[in-house]
Amino acid sequence: MSPTRAALRPVLTLLAGLMVLPAVPALADATLLNVSYDVSRELYKDINPAFIAQWQRTAKEKLTINQSHGGSSKQVQAVASGLEADVVTMNQTPDINVLARQGLVAADWQKAFPHGAAPYTTNTIFLVRKGNPKGIKDWSDLVRPGLQVIVPNPKTSGNGRYTYLAAWGYALQKTGSDAGARDFVTKLFANVPVLDGGGRGATTTFTQRDIGDVLITFENEAVLIDQEVGGDKFDVVYPSLSIEAAAPVAVVSKVVDKRGTRKQATAYLNFLFSPEGQEIIAKHHFRPVDPAILKKYSSRFPAVKTFTVEGKLGGWDAVQRTHFADGGVYDQIVVKR
Amino acid sequence: MSGAAAVLHGSADHAARFESKAATREPALVKWGILAVSLTFFGIFLLLPLITVFVEALRKGWDVYFAALIEPDAWAAIKLTLTAAAISVPLNLVFGVAAAWAITKFEFRGKHLLITLIDLPFSVSPVVSGLIYVLVFGAQGWFGPWLSEHDMKVVFAVPGIVLATVFVTFPFVARELIPLMEAQGRDEEEAAVVLGARGWQTFWYVTLPNVKWGLLYGVILCNARAMGEFGAVSVVSGHIRGQTNTMPLHVEILYNEYQFAAAFAVASLLALLALVTLVIKTWVEHQAGKSSQQSEE
Repeated sequence: MSPTRAALRPVLTLLAGLMVLPAVPALADATLLNVSYDVSRELYKDINPAFIAQWQRTAKEKLTINQSHGGSSKQVQAVASGLEADVVTMNQTPDINVLARQGLVAADWQKAFPHGAAPYTTNTIFLVRKGNPKGIKDWSDLVRPGLQVIVPNPKTSGNGRYTYLAAWGYALQKTGSDAGARDFVTKLFANVPVLDGGGRGATTTFTQRDIGDVLITFENEAVLIDQEVGGDKFDVVYPSLSIEAAAPVAVVSKVVDKRGTRKQATAYLNFLFSPEGQEIIAKHHFRPVDPAILKKYSSRFPAVKTFTVEGKLGGWDAVQRTHFADGGVYDQIVVKR
Repeated sequence: MSGAAAVLHGSADHAARFESKAATREPALVKWGILAVSLTFFGIFLLLPLITVFVEALRKGWDVYFAALIEPDAWAAIKLTLTAAAISVPLNLVFGVAAAWAITKFEFRGKHLLITLIDLPFSVSPVVSGLIYVLVFGAQGWFGPWLSEHDMKVVFAVPGIVLATVFVTFPFVARELIPLMEAQGRDEEEAAVVLGARGWQTFWYVTLPNVKWGLLYGVILCNARAMGEFGAVSVVSGHIRGQTNTMPLHVEILYNEYQFAAAFAVASLLALLALVTLVIKTWVEHQAGKSSQQSEE
């Protein structure tokens, strides 16, 4: 035997040993893949075991639910490119419309489940440093020169898109004109030093990297930060007007028909609207759509004046076209910086 | 990087020769100044972050540390990372030797093009390396519909992760071998052929022993990158927990979920793998230095 072979032998043995390691864990009877947005991780960590237990009881079938999280538009892009999601649980209607246009999701997906297929809503609020040293009370405070505002990128995240629209809606109400709104939002985004790809990235920038005076994010995320990162470091501020962010869900028809999982996928999404699912949702600081459950947890959810995209801004299609399409108002504002 | 294994050893002798002569000796101030600057830089930018990883990992104690590593999703990520490395490293070993052999032993048209192509994965951003696979094998890609009809998954599954890893680690072995084999020339192989050796015999008994340390060095670098790759793998992964998350992706997920101790625990395991790689690399350099000295004598 040559010296080379002798020297390489242990290396080759090791490599051969690694080859036999199984790459994928053993699969249960049925699996679902839930592709979701960035900050719903903790919610589905609780929803999934509850539904799996219920499905075991009622359908006598062992179910495994896999999760994938990331910026919502990025996630939708992955599903469109072939990520085999049985269900998508997003935070804004346009994302699912993208899939509907490609024939992955039924065109009338919003009619498939109650409340426009949105099991919960949340709204956009502020998180400031403890004691609110900059005295931030409302949207109008955010455009002060020199203030640093942390917002996720409206191009890649629903969270950022709602922030943009909430600011637009507030200014529209105050100034009464599109020009006034545009001027206000331009000033606001001039105060944004970092645009993170997703809601959680923005949170990390604000809480871990200590950048910025105020983080604009969803209510559930702000409350979660308060609990997880330490309630003595931040304060939650509710602005005078906010936007209602409904979180829509849909079954990905093309995938469930291929995999034969339509029954499980539909039951899974229906579970979100059941009292048990709504309770879990409320515990994670999302506002449940079931009025009884919302009332039960009313102490967690201060009354906020909100508007909707459909009610005030002419619907998502119009908003997409004017604001977020390439070369739209958002692009013009950012280029101006 | 090329030929580094043989060159680095013996630098100590070289430096000692410089120091022993007054004409080539630098003033003490300059010597210590340069030393201080490089050590400070090393300490702040390399050592400190490395220590931080381990300190943060153990902040909540050994129990949390081990719990984070044996947790099913973490374990799946570790296995996937090792699998991707175990497939891509041997593939690139075979490819690297073949390419280096072809380039240094034969004359043919398009040789420079081949050399340039081998370097491509170095110059292309990892994100692009991932995207090309999505564009080729994704649902709307060239082969997407065909793959879907035959119920095969490439992107957002293990094959895609292996492909992306193979792509980004493509150049390491070939790039290490080409200068080495070029420097050695064809004399010994020609002598072997004259003495009656056949192709494979020449390869096993002449070529391979001559390049073995360079080869091992290339394999080590290749393996280090295969285990640590983030960008390309992130694009093709789909981020399904317990299935398509590699260790670097799992670290990001844990960090984003405020599980800092767990994130740093997995990161420390990655860092440990890197340190082991470094130790093996140093040993290889040492052996290579010894064998090159022997051959000079």
